[in-house]
Amino acid sequence: MGATLEHHEPKRGIISNLKTAFWQFNNTPGQLIPLLQRAQETEGYISEMAMKYISGITEIPESTVYGVITFYRQFRLRPQGEFVVRLCDGTACHVNDSRLLKEIIEDELNLEGSDTTADGLFTLELVACLGCCSLAPVIMVNDQTYGRLTPQTLRKTLKKYRRLGRELIKEREEKCNLEIGA
Amino acid sequence: MDTITIGTGTCGVSAGAEAVLEAFQRLISDNQNNTILLAETGCMGMCYKEVLVEVKNSQGEFLYGDVTPDKAAQIFQEHLLEGHPLDEWLVLQNHQEGNERDFILKQHRIVLRNCGLIDPMSIDDYLSKDGYKAITKALMEISPEELIQSVIDSGLRGRGGAGFLTGIKWRFARQSPGKIKYVICNADEGDPGAFMDRSVLEGDPHSVLEGMLLCGYAIGASTGYIYCRAEYPRAIIRLENAIKQAEERRLIGENVLGSGWDFKIKIKEGAGAFVCGEETALIASIEGHRGTPRIRPPYPAAAGLWGKPTNINNVETLANLPWIVQEGPQKYAELGTEHSKGTKVFAMAGKIKRSGLVEVPMGISINEIVFDICGGIKDGKKFKAVQMGGPSGGCIPASLGETLIDYQQINKTGAIMGSGGMIVVDDSTCMVELARFFLEFTQNESCGKCTSCRIGTLRMLEILDRIIEGKGEQCDLDQLEELGHQIKNTSQCGLGQTAPNPVLTTLNYFREEYEAHVQDKCCPAHSCSALVNFMINSENCTGCMICTKDCPVGAISGEKKQVHFIDQEKCIKCGKCITTCNFNAVYKD
Repeated sequence: MGATLEHHEPKRGIISNLKTAFWQFNNTPGQLIPLLQRAQETEGYISEMAMKYISGITEIPESTVYGVITFYRQFRLRPQGEFVVRLCDGTACHVNDSRLLKEIIEDELNLEGSDTTADGLFTLELVACLGCCSLAPVIMVNDQTYGRLTPQTLRKTLKKYRRLGRELIKEREEKCNLEIGA
Repeated sequence: MDTITIGTGTCGVSAGAEAVLEAFQRLISDNQNNTILLAETGCMGMCYKEVLVEVKNSQGEFLYGDVTPDKAAQIFQEHLLEGHPLDEWLVLQNHQEGNERDFILKQHRIVLRNCGLIDPMSIDDYLSKDGYKAITKALMEISPEELIQSVIDSGLRGRGGAGFLTGIKWRFARQSPGKIKYVICNADEGDPGAFMDRSVLEGDPHSVLEGMLLCGYAIGASTGYIYCRAEYPRAIIRLENAIKQAEERRLIGENVLGSGWDFKIKIKEGAGAFVCGEETALIASIEGHRGTPRIRPPYPAAAGLWGKPTNINNVETLANLPWIVQEGPQKYAELGTEHSKGTKVFAMAGKIKRSGLVEVPMGISINEIVFDICGGIKDGKKFKAVQMGGPSGGCIPASLGETLIDYQQINKTGAIMGSGGMIVVDDSTCMVELARFFLEFTQNESCGKCTSCRIGTLRMLEILDRIIEGKGEQCDLDQLEELGHQIKNTSQCGLGQTAPNPVLTTLNYFREEYEAHVQDKCCPAHSCSALVNFMINSENCTGCMICTKDCPVGAISGEKKQVHFIDQEKCIKCGKCITTCNFNAVYKD
């Protein structure tokens, strides 16, 4: 489990990245959203520290910054899993039974009502449209698209990623043990 | 020189275009062949045949569909090296003959004139198709007022959904006092199942930039913003590249084409909020706030971005403009009906044989699009309805299939033209569930400002949930209608004013389906889980015992290699057996 915890610590470079961005935007009005986007790009989510820092440099109250973050679907306040499974729930996928796919993903990954698995490996995200309607129903795992899915091919795909995930955890544990040993 | 062109729009890449591209790269370098040129292009419209590869040589132009890396090797060997086209994979020949010619026969391409033909990353390709000639002509020969008049004469209406006359909107912005004015390109295409704007941005970004230049010149603006969905990374890359190239050629920036007029274009990435497609919400979002709409007037034409006069046009609207300026407004106005001129791009998806992007002249009928262009319904099923306009639109039943694509005619049915998403459904789609799907979307996306939209849509959703679970009553239908009308009348922006449309139109045309749910407790489309029986198809069942183990209530019995049986008394209709069966043997009845 130690391997997944490191995500919660602020990533190095977040402050310097935000500083550069702030300097680039040159205090122009409307810079808040681009700054938040930069923070999320760096850390994968918006950490409390990044939020406080942005509030400080822009002189926009933290409550307002928080209000903007929670308004837009793009922004996350919690880190995502190693593999992000994006399930398309656009109209074309919906009429091609994407609801069924959702149940299968939840079942296969043991999500149990949460959007991220307990080991921090998988996050399920429902998206409005991935834009490849002719391949419906579609999922994306990180940058890879899988289309014209059936329950069988979906389970097969997910099993492949679960295997990858297990290997990843094993690798991390070995690395961790090595460091402790050293 | 022989050319291989590969469609690398989002739809192409999703289908595996990158692997095909790599395969061709490898083949060319392995053969040390310097006479074959490899090029990329945007969406060609035939998404159902992706990956698409076009081979151009002395024999003509050949378009191949469903190409895989293996097929690529064969095409390379037999067609390019030996000169024998592979007929079985050919979809089009010389853009008009071939198996899929019906798909393009009734189309008329103005917005998509360059999509799938040019390399979107190359300004020279765009210039070779008379690109930036319209803005050159405007700056040299046409005054801003004349330009506005010709846009009015063309009859072009905003393609984002509302359908307001573009030229009139420009005139308001032109006449508004003030030195600083803005042009905004609305590329926040949020309707689920709509991808017209994305394809234009990915396939022909320069045409949108040229449209913005024309608009900027007409209203007297010197800055333009493109508000693009962050979910369209490929479109953003191509736009950034296009802006850079145009700046290098002095087509954008200070002193455009030596005219003394400055015009900059910046990209603003959206952060994912459907309501930001609404003009005032979009402006709030660019300003860095929560994207909530405000009361109009003042309209953006009077007080928009940072309080300055602003003109907002949709991507498709802007992409029409260079063509109108070059070919003349009369030629544009010749297409279409009395009140709806020109063409409209539709993103076709759902249960049709050919899904993809089509551009048709206004005045064509829905049946012509569904059957003649898109080849009718898949798997021999029955055409039930089309859903137009996304979550703001409505369902038009098959019986009204002769309705023409025309703003007035579509509005009469209760649906709207919308931005161009057209989802075709067959008799296996439950209309109550489809209406619920759209309402859930708008309910999620309601910004929360107006009570009627925030809470009203939630109450409607609860009623629909009840109906789908078989717990609905007859009075629920009247309540849905009443709530729907109240939300429409009391919401401030377009989102709330149109959110009940999917429910109201399905209630109007498919009332018997709602009644079957509440009175007979059955779903005519055999779709809603709570109202159907789960059955096992004895032909498909192999007796593998997987479902018997997975059923949480032990309702499935059967011996190994014997057809299994579901005890309807015990079944809780959770659907687990459908998801675990490897042989497609479980079905809903």
